[in-house]
Amino acid sequence: MVEPILTPPRFEMRAIHKRFGATIALDNVNFRVHPGMVHALVGENGAGKSTLMKILAGAYKPDSGRMFIDGIPFSPKNPMDARAKGIGMIYQELSLARHLTVAENIFLGREPVRWGCLDQKKMLCLATEALKMLGHGDISPNVKTALLSVSEKQIVEIARSLAAGCRVLVFDEPTSSLGQKDVLRLFELINRLKGQGLAVVYISHFLEEIRQVADNVTVLRDGAVTGTSPVKDISDESIINMMVGKKVSELYPRTTHNTGEIVLSVKGLSGSRLPRDTGLEIRKGEILGIFGLVGAGRTEFARILFGLDPVKSGSIKIGCFSGPYAPKNRWAQGVGYLSENRKEEGLAVQLSIADNITLSRLKNMGPWHIILQERQNKKADKWISVMNITCQHAQQKVSHLSGGNQQKVALARLLHHDVDILLLDEPTKGIDVASKAKIYEILSDLTTQNKSIMLISSYPPELLGICDRIAVMCKGKIVKVKSVREWENHQLMLAATGQRETACKSEN
Amino acid sequence: MQIRKLIDQRFTWSWLNKFGPFLALLLVFGFFVTLNAKIATATALEIIMQQSVIVGIAALGMTMVIITGGIDLSAGSNIAMSSVVIALLLDRLGIPPIYAAFTGILSGLFWGFVNGMLITRLRLVPFIVTLGTLLIVRGAAKGLANNMPITVGETWLSNLLAALPAGNKWLLFPAGAWLMIALAALVSLLLQDTRIGRHIFAVGSNEQTARLCGIAVGRIKLFVFTLGGAFAGLAGVMLLSYQEQGDPAGAVGMELDIIAAVVIGGGSLSGGEGSVVGSLIGAIIMTVIRTGCQLNGWPTWVTQLVTGVVIVVAVAVDNLRHRKAE
Repeated sequence: MVEPILTPPRFEMRAIHKRFGATIALDNVNFRVHPGMVHALVGENGAGKSTLMKILAGAYKPDSGRMFIDGIPFSPKNPMDARAKGIGMIYQELSLARHLTVAENIFLGREPVRWGCLDQKKMLCLATEALKMLGHGDISPNVKTALLSVSEKQIVEIARSLAAGCRVLVFDEPTSSLGQKDVLRLFELINRLKGQGLAVVYISHFLEEIRQVADNVTVLRDGAVTGTSPVKDISDESIINMMVGKKVSELYPRTTHNTGEIVLSVKGLSGSRLPRDTGLEIRKGEILGIFGLVGAGRTEFARILFGLDPVKSGSIKIGCFSGPYAPKNRWAQGVGYLSENRKEEGLAVQLSIADNITLSRLKNMGPWHIILQERQNKKADKWISVMNITCQHAQQKVSHLSGGNQQKVALARLLHHDVDILLLDEPTKGIDVASKAKIYEILSDLTTQNKSIMLISSYPPELLGICDRIAVMCKGKIVKVKSVREWENHQLMLAATGQRETACKSEN
Repeated sequence: MQIRKLIDQRFTWSWLNKFGPFLALLLVFGFFVTLNAKIATATALEIIMQQSVIVGIAALGMTMVIITGGIDLSAGSNIAMSSVVIALLLDRLGIPPIYAAFTGILSGLFWGFVNGMLITRLRLVPFIVTLGTLLIVRGAAKGLANNMPITVGETWLSNLLAALPAGNKWLLFPAGAWLMIALAALVSLLLQDTRIGRHIFAVGSNEQTARLCGIAVGRIKLFVFTLGGAFAGLAGVMLLSYQEQGDPAGAVGMELDIIAAVVIGGGSLSGGEGSVVGSLIGAIIMTVIRTGCQLNGWPTWVTQLVTGVVIVVAVAVDNLRHRKAE
């Protein structure tokens, strides 16, 4: 329907329907990829991408619809079956046995055997060959995979799928933990695989990546396909419009805030390593952005402010308080912190939405110190509707939610606690566009209620879009604070790298 | 330069990985030699090996179980049960020792199989299942034996773990110790050089991945628990040989010694790591400490204290090694 190719598709999914309880996860989805093609699958979290891929990989069964591989009907009983029939998944969280060597991982479950014993020589030989084929002969097949870098692990995983005879490879956000150089090498590799006639599905949030690597793109929204097109025939804007059903310009709510007196002031603050001798002021009702490169000390700064790390020297004054500074005191002083590390630090993912939202303030949930679930749910329900959290009920486990919804739960905790100063560390990292838009909207609303926000971000458009002032941090120090109107994207970058006009001296 | 450093690091730490437990043994042994040279005599060495056999044989099975990420707390009870079964067969029914010994091993295998079935079929946690069978098997053994030790007459079974007679000193160690060494070689071969061995490691390292790669995870677990039980049964044969009685109250708490041996030898309770040679050395280290303390006339509380310290140090060093390697 899109590309004039005569070869049959490598795999095809026809009229796939899937519902979970009352929610329709997939509604009449058609998706097919031809051999030698890279097909990008985009959509916000919860749009149905992962459900669709889980059906392809045999983890879920579709309620109706048919699948074919190379024209042959395909209905996998389980993930092993799908894999045996040629579907290889390269997951976000890599799935290698870290105690085994590279070669052992590549041939796991199909080790060559001679006289009942492992044929180590043959295994090493085949593994070396497989890695060379992928252009990564530099990885030694004898090394334990625990010692490899993330990108090397990814290569091993690809090699394993190929050794298992996979004809379709699904990459789920493969670049989320790779550096720039490794991303380029991965793209080279994907091109190579393409040349070998594999069909590649590429799931990503990053449109630039899709432009670089994919031939076609299919957009999902709310469980339905909103468009399929060759990448070169479609603009970024129309892809986003298909994803969100909303114009990009509406993403950042641009309102001017009336800022009041200083609520947080920091002077000469140093931590055990970072930050170093730095100061800052935040006013009532403002959003202050903090920009900087990775390792500039932004997270450390926020952690010190919240009392998670010790102060070595300097002072922090919050309102009229300048006393003790454990997280417990900070909560009492009306300060809340949203960790950059949502899954490990920000949320107790095994607990329910209601537990997570109310965790820091469990007062008034019942007589004495008893917590009545009903009351807890009622509080949680309020935030679920305010923040538009997609879930089944307040007692659902947070681990079952999508990334964007998890982040909303984490933020809702600060709102439930009704803090006056919000320290937010990368609140929109790795979440879908609609959730981002919702979070921006909420932050903007908060300022009208005279709350103050410190927003740490690595994404300049976001800072320029919603902040009142932006501070740039470099090597543990805030080097420049200016009103947002005086900043431009490239100036932020210059200041963050400590170049030209900025006086960011390297201290050692 | 950086790559060079990395290779060096990988090399040294993998070297320590292989010889770490051995190094620890030398250290502990050296310590006691400086205190009292008697521990380095042939007789003392024979005693050390002899006393390591029961824990050592059971540790072979426990190593496999721990590599898959499991644990078997019922091992001590299982050992006692096996010794009771053998003693009953010898004493009450007069069955030839060889068949009696095999029945003992089969009893161990059976209880291991029960553990494995409960864990894989009912999807229960090994810790809880074997905590239950620890009591069940102990109770059953006491019931079978009427809560009394059953003494057995002397057969060749008693010689398995007896001190060598004067004419046979060239054998160095009693037959049971040689059996342990031979079995260790076999299990080591199984773990290192066969498919099932790799699969045992894979299950403990990353169960999801193992399943995805088509490994029958349940069957692997059933296999290690069953084989682990059989080794406990054989350890029961050795217990009977050593004590010359089937004792339903014997080997109480021995599962902890066995687990400690595996852990000192480099096994990780979170799975994916462990070595047969390491576990044997772990068992021997604990006997060296016990023997050394006895030779110096130290009371048992010192022995326990020192053993405890060694376990903690072993795990701490292991942890440090891991952090360095990554």
